[in-house]
Amino acid sequence: METLEQIKARIESAVPGAVITILPNESPSGQLSLLLSNSQALAVAKFLRDDSALCLDYCSNMTGVDWPELVIKNKVKKKVMFEGVEKEVEETLETVRPPYLEAVYHLYSMAKKHGPVIIRTRTEDRGAKNHVPSLTPIWRGCEFQEREAYDLFGIVFDGHPDLRRILMWDEFKDHPMRKDYVEPDDYEYEPTPHDEVVEKVKARQAKEVAP
Amino acid sequence: MSAVAGANPRNFELLPKGDANGGELLEISMGPHHPSTHGVFRMDVVLDGEKVVKLKPVFGYLHRNHEKIAEGTSYLASMPYTDRLDYFCSMTNNWAYALSVEKLAGLTVPERAEYIRVIMAELTRVLNHICLIGFFVQDMGALGTPLMYAFRERERILDLFEELTGARMMCNYLRFGGVRCDVSESWLKRAGEEVVKLESFMDEFEQLVAQNEIVMARTQGIGVLPRELAINASITGPMLRASGVNYDVRKVDKYGIYDRFEFKIPLGEHGDLYDRYMIRVLEMRESVKILKQALRDIPDGPIMDSKAKLRGFRPKPGEAYGRIESPKGELGFYLISDGSPNPYRYRVRPPSFINLTILEDMCLGQRVADAVIILGSVDIVLGEVDR
Repeated sequence: METLEQIKARIESAVPGAVITILPNESPSGQLSLLLSNSQALAVAKFLRDDSALCLDYCSNMTGVDWPELVIKNKVKKKVMFEGVEKEVEETLETVRPPYLEAVYHLYSMAKKHGPVIIRTRTEDRGAKNHVPSLTPIWRGCEFQEREAYDLFGIVFDGHPDLRRILMWDEFKDHPMRKDYVEPDDYEYEPTPHDEVVEKVKARQAKEVAP
Repeated sequence: MSAVAGANPRNFELLPKGDANGGELLEISMGPHHPSTHGVFRMDVVLDGEKVVKLKPVFGYLHRNHEKIAEGTSYLASMPYTDRLDYFCSMTNNWAYALSVEKLAGLTVPERAEYIRVIMAELTRVLNHICLIGFFVQDMGALGTPLMYAFRERERILDLFEELTGARMMCNYLRFGGVRCDVSESWLKRAGEEVVKLESFMDEFEQLVAQNEIVMARTQGIGVLPRELAINASITGPMLRASGVNYDVRKVDKYGIYDRFEFKIPLGEHGDLYDRYMIRVLEMRESVKILKQALRDIPDGPIMDSKAKLRGFRPKPGEAYGRIESPKGELGFYLISDGSPNPYRYRVRPPSFINLTILEDMCLGQRVADAVIILGSVDIVLGEVDR
């Protein structure tokens, strides 16, 4: 199979306007991935499936990943002039990774028997702008898996034919696989005879009544 | 009627209210507690007479968010929990998880452990397929006897597992970079004897079912899955190969030491229920071939990678996707590490969940009694579908 750089170059020549970034992976597995721009993701996916050399006709795995906002602290050694003497000082640099949700697709080829090519799309944030294009029109196998990512992560897939909750019940409000998900103290609103749970329920009910 | 059968399965709202004879469509809910659904699984079926015009699978009744729980514990602590995914095939679940973690952390597996893994995985495949055929025949109405024949053989394999690992079904046997405990000479000898017995059982079981007139009438030409749809819908395992696609992860990825064994990949031609049944019969025979070779060639040596740490295991930040050919299809684990003792993201690629995608396509236009055996031929285990 071609290298990711070659694939990237070929996509960029075939799909005008596609912005593609190769994401690093420091693990020994060496599985790098391609980050697609949302506007052209569907066209790129179609190219990857239909291209005669790549022929990635099989989407093995599709899943979501939650990346909440994170402050990354990097310690950098810096040389400073202090009272005429050069000294080495350690300085902490803080960079903020913006929050987003990510959809990951692992593609293989059944015809050529190669792979994986990993493609990713990202939402703008974890709030209202949680939309990415659905790739179900290209690979039908994503249908249930995208529904699952919608259900558990709250990623909205535009263009999905049947976007409903799949594992949780329809009336369920939150998205359990998000990192900041707080589970309710009692799913069925029935106090159980354990003191701890009763205390939690009382505290919650008091809070609900107060405002 | 023909207009209904050929209609786009997704636009049900466009369907006429009544059927061709002026009657009304009947919506029934099969499950979640129904003997034919193999667990707590529900099918929302709309029937026109006896014909299925709409079918929506509904599941999640057994959902416990396995993935979230795994994110809250260490890597090793998830190993026994993978047993509970597909509770028929704990060994292959262990293997898929161990393989992904080994990719993530760059561990190698000693030769003897690789052979033990292959023996375990192939025994699991035989066990799963035997049971599946038992259930499949039971779904067609042959209550009791064939299933009990199947369970008798399964019990013999489970005895082997129990002797080695201490547990019949929840084996928790594999470790990152090896296996938990070594096999003894006497165990290998017993396993060899059981494999020979399995072979004669397969002859007997095949004779019982394969040429049966009722089985042929009920299964041939029913629930056809076309080749292109199977590929596009990410169908894997015996379902895919029954549709004539030559794709087996054992041959494609050659994970473990599968390149050392001589075995064939049986392929179907029609993609109907009978092919799906027959693929499993043939696959069991290939598994027996692999078992015989593995039991003959297994070398002495260590069973754990010396670099592998059980305590304080922290893979470097990064991600890995590992997959194996489990009896139900391609079982994959996708792991993201952030350098902490717990996985940042832990994803199971469940084959039976994804194989359900095309359940509706296969059932449309068939009779409701056939929908039951079509579901049976998909080979689902709800522990894995719902996770």
